[in-house]
Amino acid sequence: MMSLAAVQSVPTNNVAVRGGASSGQPVVQEQTAGTPAHGAHPRLETRALSVRYGGGAVGVADITMPVHANRVTALIGPSGCGKTTYLRALNRMHDLTPGAHVSGQVLLDGEDIYGPGVDPIVVRRRIGMVFQKPSPFPTMSIYDNVVAGLKLVGVRKRSVLDGVAERSLRQAGLWDEVKDRLKTGGRDLSGGQQQRLSIARALAVEPDVLLMDEPTSSLDPKSTGHIEELMVELKKEVTLVIVTHNMQQAARLSDYTAFFYLGALIELGPTSRIFEAPAEERTAEYISGRFG
Amino acid sequence: MKANRAASGQSGEACAASPRRIVPHAIYRRLGDRVFGALVLVLGSSIALLTVAMGLVLYRQGGAPIVRDGFFGFLFQTTWNPVTGEHGAWPFVVGTLITSFGALSIAFLPAIAVGIFSAEYAPRRVAAAINYLVDLLAAVPSVVIGIWGIFVFAPWMRDTFYMPAFYWARESAAWLLPVLGTPTSYNILTATLLLALMITPYTVALTRDAVRMVPREQREAAQALGSTHWEMIRMSVLPYARGGIVAGVVLSLARALGETMVVAMLIGNSNRLPYTLFGPAANMPSVIANEFREAVEPTHVTALMAVGFYLFLITFAVNLIAAYIQKRLNVGGRIL
Repeated sequence: MMSLAAVQSVPTNNVAVRGGASSGQPVVQEQTAGTPAHGAHPRLETRALSVRYGGGAVGVADITMPVHANRVTALIGPSGCGKTTYLRALNRMHDLTPGAHVSGQVLLDGEDIYGPGVDPIVVRRRIGMVFQKPSPFPTMSIYDNVVAGLKLVGVRKRSVLDGVAERSLRQAGLWDEVKDRLKTGGRDLSGGQQQRLSIARALAVEPDVLLMDEPTSSLDPKSTGHIEELMVELKKEVTLVIVTHNMQQAARLSDYTAFFYLGALIELGPTSRIFEAPAEERTAEYISGRFG
Repeated sequence: MKANRAASGQSGEACAASPRRIVPHAIYRRLGDRVFGALVLVLGSSIALLTVAMGLVLYRQGGAPIVRDGFFGFLFQTTWNPVTGEHGAWPFVVGTLITSFGALSIAFLPAIAVGIFSAEYAPRRVAAAINYLVDLLAAVPSVVIGIWGIFVFAPWMRDTFYMPAFYWARESAAWLLPVLGTPTSYNILTATLLLALMITPYTVALTRDAVRMVPREQREAAQALGSTHWEMIRMSVLPYARGGIVAGVVLSLARALGETMVVAMLIGNSNRLPYTLFGPAANMPSVIANEFREAVEPTHVTALMAVGFYLFLITFAVNLIAAYIQKRLNVGGRIL
């Protein structure tokens, strides 16, 4: 995973301006940046992605945006504006929602994950997800939780599983707290620990991209801080997309910020620019707290 | 209360002249609480008291044979002959164990499968149809199933299965004959099969509800790891729902233990041990239903009451076990 990322993150001066030609609206303005931080290669890219729900309700419409490798991309915006809907389209979670219909393309390293013959199960192994509510499997031990994804693909070898469990728990910053009770069910894990366990479980299958849907919104400030630090560490190895309601959080830890409003992508750019000099008036209003 | 407060807050100064009309005096509100609390207490405790009273009355009325033969003496006494005045509950206990556990073991796997299918796999319309049919099956009065059993199912089973099986066994498997017995229309197997049919909707419905109660994030957590549908069910749904499913099975057992009409109509009513598969038998509910009219001797009446008392105890215990299992296996979002 790491080596793959290293090979692909060749610095480019790629200026991705996708003006939303079809809608005629300025959808995405991505600033040119010669700095390495902004020259990352898009690991994931959506083209004219729309999600409709049964009954004709539009979740998100016509989203075209890149997600850069080894960067944290934050999706911000008021509740109900399509951030989560968009996020769930990125690893085909909508396949499971009756009545939801996805159109457009999601390119993972140039390959459309909605293309013919693509197995959503394989997609989800490469694009992991962490949810708002910590969701460890309640009947499994800490250890079994972490290696659950590996067991699914048929890994049974004890030494491999042990190694992965330790690596994932270390990555999730949980190893030191649980290493002496891996075989116990973590009945007394705190909410923050449970969320880190969920992250460790997602990391164990070595995904290329990790989607996080408000991963800290049900946690206390200390656990939140812990997980934020973790995300900054993790982006060395995976590409992160997070949905957050907390603008400070987006400002603190993301490299790119996308502002969603009413199912549309209003603006995408490097986080510092979005927060210091938003190009769109609605973005400015939202981040200054005038609505939302 | 909240609305009142909000209303008075909003109207503020304008309504200052008549605040009492908007917010009733605290004493009335507290009175309302007390009246409601007392009502709930009385109704709730009366249910508990009724249950206890029922058990006590059954024991008072049916206690004589238990006192005479001892708690287990009456239970294990194998002869039940009202004419000679011998009353032992054992033939009916055996019958009850065979019919209810037999029905349960026939019904529970298919029923759990149907419950999982309707909650997880079936397209919405198919699931709706299944649920409707299952509810319908649960709503059919047992006497209707009984009359269908007497006139349609039992003769058909005898002609199609029991007789051929019996002839075959007589020709080539004589050792089976003591188990099979001489085929009659009304026998323990027919009663058990119909009992299985009757408890199926309960198991299906309780399984289905337990599966549906599994939180979305549990399913999605498994799916986000790249699990297939069945892997997701095995990894997150079944462990989470197991408490509800097992409790549903045990509650179905309680229903099988107590179900009377169908069994009384179809079991054939013979208390002569040993029972055979194709031969008549009796169980605890059926002996009560079939003999209470002819019971003129006081000893006979009290013996039937005593059987009722034991049945009461058994179903009570089974229900307690179901509640315990549900509590024990319920994971409720915690890591066990």
